[in-house]
Amino acid sequence: MKPAQFLPAPVAQLPWRMLFLVMAIAGFGLVVLYSAAGGSVTPWALNQGVRFGFFFAVAVALSRVPERWFRDAAFPAYALFLLLLFVVEAVGFVGKGAQRWIDLGFIRLQPSEFMKIGVVLAVARFYDLLPAGEIRRWTAIWPAGLLISVPVVLVMLQPDLGTSLMIMGGGVIVMFLAGLPLRLFVGSALAGAAAIPFAYFFLLHEYQRKRVTIFLEPEADPLGAGYHITQSKIAIGSGGVFGKGFLQGTQSHLDYLPEGHTDFVFATMAEEWGLLGGLPLILGFVLLLRWGMGVAMRAETRFGRLTAAGLTNTIFLYFSINLLMVMGLAPVVGIPLPLFSFGGSAMMTVMFCLGILMSIDRASSLSLRW
Amino acid sequence: MKSSKKLITEAAQAFTFTRRAFVLGGAHAAVGGVIATRMAFLSIHENEHYKLLSESNRVQLILVPPPRGWIVDRHGKPVAINRSDFRVDLIPDQMRDGERTVMRLAHLLSLPPDEIRRIRDDLEAAAGYQPVEVASNLSYEQYAAVTVRLPELPGVAPQRGFARFYPDGAAVGHLIGYVGIANAKEYEAEKNPLLITPGFKIGKEGLEKTQEQRLRGMPGGKRIEVTAGGKLVRELQAKPEVSGSPLPLTIDAGLQAYAARRLGPESGSCVVLDCLTGDILAIASMPAYDPNSFSDGIGSDEWRMLSENERRPLVNKTLNALYPPGSTLKPMASLALLHHGIDPDETVGCGGGYRLGNRTFRCLGRHGPMNMHRAIAKSCNTYFYSMARRVGYDAIAPVARALGLGAKYDLPVSSQSYGTIPDSAWKQRKYDQLWSQSDSLNAVIGQGYVLTNPLQLAVMSARLASGRNVQPRLIGRGALADLLPFRPEHFQVVRGGMWEVVNGNGTAGRSKLPLNGVDMGGKTGTAQVRRIAGGQRGQGGAWKYRDHGLFVCFAPTDNPRYACSVVIEHGMGGSRAAAPVARDVLTYLFDREKALETLDDFERGWGGGIADRAAQQAARWRAARDTPPAPVPPAAPVA
Repeated sequence: MKPAQFLPAPVAQLPWRMLFLVMAIAGFGLVVLYSAAGGSVTPWALNQGVRFGFFFAVAVALSRVPERWFRDAAFPAYALFLLLLFVVEAVGFVGKGAQRWIDLGFIRLQPSEFMKIGVVLAVARFYDLLPAGEIRRWTAIWPAGLLISVPVVLVMLQPDLGTSLMIMGGGVIVMFLAGLPLRLFVGSALAGAAAIPFAYFFLLHEYQRKRVTIFLEPEADPLGAGYHITQSKIAIGSGGVFGKGFLQGTQSHLDYLPEGHTDFVFATMAEEWGLLGGLPLILGFVLLLRWGMGVAMRAETRFGRLTAAGLTNTIFLYFSINLLMVMGLAPVVGIPLPLFSFGGSAMMTVMFCLGILMSIDRASSLSLRW
Repeated sequence: MKSSKKLITEAAQAFTFTRRAFVLGGAHAAVGGVIATRMAFLSIHENEHYKLLSESNRVQLILVPPPRGWIVDRHGKPVAINRSDFRVDLIPDQMRDGERTVMRLAHLLSLPPDEIRRIRDDLEAAAGYQPVEVASNLSYEQYAAVTVRLPELPGVAPQRGFARFYPDGAAVGHLIGYVGIANAKEYEAEKNPLLITPGFKIGKEGLEKTQEQRLRGMPGGKRIEVTAGGKLVRELQAKPEVSGSPLPLTIDAGLQAYAARRLGPESGSCVVLDCLTGDILAIASMPAYDPNSFSDGIGSDEWRMLSENERRPLVNKTLNALYPPGSTLKPMASLALLHHGIDPDETVGCGGGYRLGNRTFRCLGRHGPMNMHRAIAKSCNTYFYSMARRVGYDAIAPVARALGLGAKYDLPVSSQSYGTIPDSAWKQRKYDQLWSQSDSLNAVIGQGYVLTNPLQLAVMSARLASGRNVQPRLIGRGALADLLPFRPEHFQVVRGGMWEVVNGNGTAGRSKLPLNGVDMGGKTGTAQVRRIAGGQRGQGGAWKYRDHGLFVCFAPTDNPRYACSVVIEHGMGGSRAAAPVARDVLTYLFDREKALETLDDFERGWGGGIADRAAQQAARWRAARDTPPAPVPPAAPVA
């Protein structure tokens, strides 16, 4: 990227094409939230806009942090997040409920959200430290497995199936990219498939089991728990190619679509904007992911490569799980569409990811220059 | 490096990473493609389907039940009308604290516990925006009490609707029937959502049932946009309801009410026809239920009282009760004899009975020499035994059928029992036995196998009176009927005998019309309920074993216009129980004042009109949980 003459170097060096893409996605999200509130900036659009501005600034700030800081902070950060997870679990146990956050008074910290990044950093750091020749040994597997499975189990106990799957997915992809033998992944995929019935009957909670059944046959209970998927498909399907028009969505405005501003915001958008709104949005996310993978490819260090690809994959997991769910191709798990859904947690995580990615990108371009 | 198969270097690892990162990037793109394809599939291929679902989410159709058509009598006087009705419904979607709301309503409207249970069940089964009935037929005070508390009762919808009202009450019960809420079977049969709209009622019996489609009208509709929570956003369009068409009857409501009242505490029926057109002017069956109490939904207590009553208030005795017609068939038999060439002046000596083989068929008196005219007037069995033996009943049965006996009429009623006019072919078919002479003898005096309903008797006397083939009708106006294929002078002989019955030396001399210049011709009948045992006739003892009293008649005799039949169940005799009723009912047609005066005297003696007596009876029933014993009238001579 050629720095423009009239901009200060640090600003000019930012990957503006990517940042504009992010702003476009988030801006479109604000428009949809404005409509979801019945044509009002309150209670969602304004709030979300301020939040985006703040985290955008945080991401830009993170891009100035040298990559090695993240490398050095990987294990301590992981340890801190793990401790916080234990604390939430303990508090939740005492409070006899599903407790997912720590209330610090001014902000609610959700350690599982940080852990999505923490696991990627820690596993990447682990393979960074591992000598290349050790990669086909047992020592290459179990520490990473432990790093992943402890938070996964803790989050699953909360219980939060979606987040724990995302943490696992983030970590395992880093293991895959680190070069572990392929048969390991094929083998565990088969073992995992075999374990599904066991997990279904012994590990999942009643409500999670119900969600899986309903995912397989949503119309069986259209007024009960299959309601979300059914109404979401109605919203998307009835939008057609051109949509019903801005502020004209009936599914969202008449409250037939539940969670129309959070997890199911895509359906709210699709109803009013149709395929003409949906396809550019999907394309925008794919381009964002391509940029992330590009950062990973360009990265100079092993830690940088693995982290960049891992964090990109985290964004991908948000995007794909949410959209597959909204379109009735995945069970209902509480995963929002990042940058688009109303809510701070996912936006924070994704903007942190982007900040770290920019930092890695900057490191590689600096080393190129030198 | 130990003896691993491959030497793994950092360069090799970087290469592996690049390869696998490509795979991962490809997977990202592929999933993006799947998502885009899925979205295109939903919004293009499935668009129509989901558009429809989205519309059916958004728009709900609220049916507005049409007011039911009025039923009016031949002069336009209302028989069944709609009264404005205050009611309260619940809209489940708009309720917040359901249990509390129901309890508040139960308190405000003082609902009984089984009603509260019913409301809870209905609420559970209801589909959101579809209203559930809480109570109808409320007083204005109750309605107002709910209306002023609406802000604290979300989901409660007070409505002003219509309720069916029958001004004449029980007097038209069997004729008009009643309306009620459609049951599951009726809904299944029609699948019309109107049927499950709260407050909507369909005809359940009588004309209300058979003329349902005509009376119902077209429902109006409101298309409304509602939120998922059931809140009304706006009305999209409204179609006004069309009320049902009025149904003009041939009935004269005043006469119908008079006939019903005049039957008094007896169990019986009275049918009056216009004997020129067949218009049914009155068709009363008593005792009867009050259709008003059915239309509000009858209580199980009231239902038991009606169904356990031995006088069968639930049975329409004009159409669904069959009686041996007894001697009322003798005028018909006379016409048949004349038709078969019997000389009306031929006499038969009556010595108190008729001997057939070794069996004696008894007559009610020793009448001496009898010609046809006197045989009708005195109701002499011996004459008819002798003549029936001569011509055979197969010669009489076709005339009976020509006069409308044994026939099922084309009438808008839910059911009619049409009885039996037997002949040899019938007996062969039914019992595989030969017709005997004693069968003829029994049949000619209206006993044995012969069974008729009271409407048929009225049609028979109408046809005898006018000589016209009148068909009974209930709706609209009948035209002058065609003549029957019998000779007018034969009719004259028969009518002459019937004139003698009432106005001369006959069996119903006490029932002469109290009018100047209008004479009534008639014929009494007494039908045995069980076989005569040990010489005891059915003239006393338990009510249900007593003889039925019957009377058929017409007036005026010089220019017949009206025909009538009266059957008093277990009334012991036609002349004593039935003829006076017919006399007063026909008097009403000519001199209303006089007839009503007579009736008022009777009703004072009976303890009030129909409604008063029904209330007294209900009170007694509740007190004793038992039907009151039938009044035992003093013994009187037999007709």
